[in-house]
Amino acid sequence: MGEELIVNMGPQHPSTHGVLYLELKLDGEVVLDCVPHLGYLHRSMEKIAENRTYTQFIPFTDRLDYLASMNNNLGYCLAVEKLLNVEVTPRAQYLRVIIAELNRVASHLVAIGTFAQDLGAYATPLFYAFSDREKIVELFDELCGSRLTYNYVRIGGLSGDIPPGTDKVIKDFIKYEYKQLVEYNELLTHNVIFLARSKNIGILSKELAQAYSVSGPILRASGVRWDLRKDEPYLVYDKFDFDVCVGTVGDSWDRFKVRLDEVTQSLRIIEQAIEAIPEGNPVSKVNRVFRGTGESYLRTENPRGELGFYLVAEGGFNPYRCKIRSPSFSNLSVLPALIKGLNISDAVCVLGSLDIVMGEIDR
Amino acid sequence: MLINDTQKKIKDKFPSLAVEIVGSALVVPKSSLLEVATFLKNELSFENCHSVTAVDRKDKMEAVYHLYSTSNHIMLTLKVILPMDDLTVESLYLLWPSANWLERETFDFFGIKFLHHPDLRRIMNPDEWTDYPLRKDFKRDDFIPRPQSTGLKG
Amino acid sequence: MIRMFLSGFACLGFIALSAMFLIWWERKISAIIQNRMGPMLTGFHGTLQPIADTIKLLLKEDIAPAGIDFLSWWLAPFFVTVPVVTAFVVIPFSSSWVPYDLNVGVLYICSITSICVLGIFMAGWGSNNKYSLLGGMRSAAQIISYEVPLLLSVLLVVMESGTLSMQGIVHAQEHGWFVFKPHLAIAFVIYLISSTAEVNRVPFDIPEAESELVAGYHTEYTGMKFAMFFVAEYTNMFIVSATAATLFLGGWQGPFLPGVAWFLMKSYFLVFFMMWMRWTLPRVRMDQMMSFAWKLLTPIALLNLLISGWFMLKV
Repeated sequence: MGEELIVNMGPQHPSTHGVLYLELKLDGEVVLDCVPHLGYLHRSMEKIAENRTYTQFIPFTDRLDYLASMNNNLGYCLAVEKLLNVEVTPRAQYLRVIIAELNRVASHLVAIGTFAQDLGAYATPLFYAFSDREKIVELFDELCGSRLTYNYVRIGGLSGDIPPGTDKVIKDFIKYEYKQLVEYNELLTHNVIFLARSKNIGILSKELAQAYSVSGPILRASGVRWDLRKDEPYLVYDKFDFDVCVGTVGDSWDRFKVRLDEVTQSLRIIEQAIEAIPEGNPVSKVNRVFRGTGESYLRTENPRGELGFYLVAEGGFNPYRCKIRSPSFSNLSVLPALIKGLNISDAVCVLGSLDIVMGEIDR
Repeated sequence: MLINDTQKKIKDKFPSLAVEIVGSALVVPKSSLLEVATFLKNELSFENCHSVTAVDRKDKMEAVYHLYSTSNHIMLTLKVILPMDDLTVESLYLLWPSANWLERETFDFFGIKFLHHPDLRRIMNPDEWTDYPLRKDFKRDDFIPRPQSTGLKG
Repeated sequence: MIRMFLSGFACLGFIALSAMFLIWWERKISAIIQNRMGPMLTGFHGTLQPIADTIKLLLKEDIAPAGIDFLSWWLAPFFVTVPVVTAFVVIPFSSSWVPYDLNVGVLYICSITSICVLGIFMAGWGSNNKYSLLGGMRSAAQIISYEVPLLLSVLLVVMESGTLSMQGIVHAQEHGWFVFKPHLAIAFVIYLISSTAEVNRVPFDIPEAESELVAGYHTEYTGMKFAMFFVAEYTNMFIVSATAATLFLGGWQGPFLPGVAWFLMKSYFLVFFMMWMRWTLPRVRMDQMMSFAWKLLTPIALLNLLISGWFMLKV
C-alpha cells in the first residue's frame, strides 16, 4: 500500500510504562514490524550484586519491579535461604505470605488502572486504583517506614514484627476492597467500549506463551492453569484455599480479567492467613554477614510472573554471580510477535495488557 | 533424585557422551548441546527455557540454561563449559523462542557468541561498546570494584 | 455598525470567560468524579486557576521545531480558533440578544465550524512530527465522516421548523421543545454523538489520543499557540452544545427566568454531559468509530429523515 512510516515510540511516551523504546514500522496505522530497544533503565544490578554482601543486596531488589518490592525481597531472600539452608519461623512465613499478597493486590491495581488509561479512559480508573493502592502503601509505611522500597523481608525472617492493630487495618482494607472490586467491574469489565477495545485483541495462544516462557497472569490468561503458589508451593501457600484464575482466549481482556480475579484470590489468601498467624518471633536471627557455597535457583510467583534468582556462591561474603530472571523480560519478548498486523491503538492496548515494568526488564 | 534420572535417560540415548553431574547441574559437552537440548525438549518434555545465563569462572566460562518441565515439575540446570579462548556455543533459539532475548542478554554481558542466532545484537548496553561488563576481568577507569568484604571485625 | 462592533466585543469577552470557566469546571468535575479536590489554592476553590494558567501560557516560550512547514504550522491555530469565534454570530442568547440573525443561520454554523478540520490538518502536517501527522489524518477522517449524520439530523430540524434561521427555529418550538417529539429525539441523540466526535472529545478523542499519539496534532505547539487550540476546543464544545440547545431544547425559552439564563443553563448542561462522558468512558478505536459513523449513525439518520419526511408530506 502506502509508504512505510517509522515511528519511534518512546523512550519518552505516555504509554510505554517507563522508558521502553519501540521502533514501529507503520503502514498507515497498521504495525508492520516492531523492534523493542531496551536498556534505558539499566543499572547493572547483577554486577552490583557481585560487589555487595548478601544482605546488602536486598535494598537493590526493591528497585527491580518497583511496584512489587515485597515480592522481590521475598524472592531474593528465599533464594539465599535455599543456598544457606536457613529455617524461617512459622510466624515469619505467614507474615511473608500476607505482605506478598498485599503487594500483589497493589501491583495488580496499578496494572488495571494503567491498562484502562492506555485504552483512553482518562485518569478515572487510574485514580480509583491508586487510591486503593494508597491504603496498602500506607500500611507498608507503618510496617517498615517506606512507601515504595521496603527492604522488609530479610534473610531468615523479617526486619521487624508487625505493629499491634495491623490485622484490624488489613481486615478493614479487605472489606473495602471487595466493595471497590464491584465498582471496577461496573466501570470497566463489562463496559461496551472497553470490551470492544480489548476483546480479541492481541491473542496469545497457549503454545506461543509457553514457547516464549511467558509467565504469570499473562500465561494464565492464555488458558494454562499454572501458578507456582499452587503447583510448587513455597512458604505456606499449600495451607490456603484459593483458585488459580485462568482465561479462555488469551486476549487483552482476558489478561485484564485474570488480574482482577487474582485480586479477589489474593484477598482470600490474606483473609485466611491473618486468621491463622501463629505466635512467635519473625525477626531474622541470621548474621548480617556470612559466607556461602554452592548454587541455588529459586523462583517465586511475582505479580508479573515467575521471578527467578540464580545465586552462585564460592565461599566469599558476596555472591559470586547473581542472575535475575525477571518475568517482564520474557513477557515483553513476545510483544513483537503479538502486535504485528494490529493497528497502533491495539498495539498500545496489548502493551498495556502485558503490564511490564522497565525496572526489572533492564535491571 | 530427579536429575539422576535425567542423566540416565540422556546416557541411554547417547551412550558415547560424557554427561556428568556437577553440584546440582548437568554438564554436557559443548559439541553435543544441540542434540541433548533437542532430546530434552522433545522426549523429556522440557518445554520451557526459563533462563539463559553464564558464570565467569576466570579460567573458563559456564553457559547455564535453566530448563523447566511443566508436566514433570523438574527444573534442570544445564551447563556447558566453554574455554575462554573460544566463547561460542550453538543457539537454542529454534527449540525455545524465549532463548532469543535471553541469549542476546548473555552475549551482551559475557560476550558468548551464540552461533546461528537470528539477531545477536547487544540488548541493554550501547551497540558500539566492546566491553563485556559481567566478566570478572572487566575494567574501566570509572568502575572501581569494591574490595571483597572481610566480614564483621572485632 | 456600532451595534455589530459592540456585539463582537461582547462575544469575544464571552468566549474568553466561557473558555476559562469551562476549563475550571472540567477540572472540578473530573476531580469530583475521581474523588479528588481539584484546584484549591488559587482563589476560592481554585476559581482563579484559569487566569493563572493563562498567564503561564502567555509567558511560555513559543518553540518552533526544526523542519516545520512554517506557513501551515503558524496559521493552523488561527484556522482552528477563528471559525469557532465567528460561529458566535448566529447564536441566539435570548429573544433580542443575537449578534446577527442570519436567515441561513443553521447552514452558516455548520459550514463555518467545518473549517476547523482544515486547521487541525494543517497543524498535523506542518509540525513535522509523525504523531501530529497521524493525529491530523485521523481528525480529518473523523470530522468529515461525522459531519454526515450531524447534518442529516440538523436537516430534520430544519424540515420540522421550515426555517434556517436560528431565531426562527427557537420560535418554532414555542409549543414544545423538539426533543420531545420522537423522531427529533432520535435526531437529538445522533446530533449529540456526532457533535462529540466533531469536537474530538472522549470517547472519540482519537486525534489527540494521549496514550497513543502523545497529544496528536498539537504535540509540537507551546505557549499561546497551544492555548489557542485549547480555547478553540472548549469554545467549540460550547458552540455545539449551544446549537443543540437551540435546535432541540427550545433555545432561550423557559418559564420565570430570563432567556439568557435558560439558554446558558441548557448549553452548559450539555457541556457537562460531554465532560461527564470524557471522565468515564474509554476511547474507541479508529476503525470502530468509522464503522459506527457509516454503518450505524448515517443509516439511522437517513431512515429517520425519510420516514419523518414522508409523514410530513402526508399529514
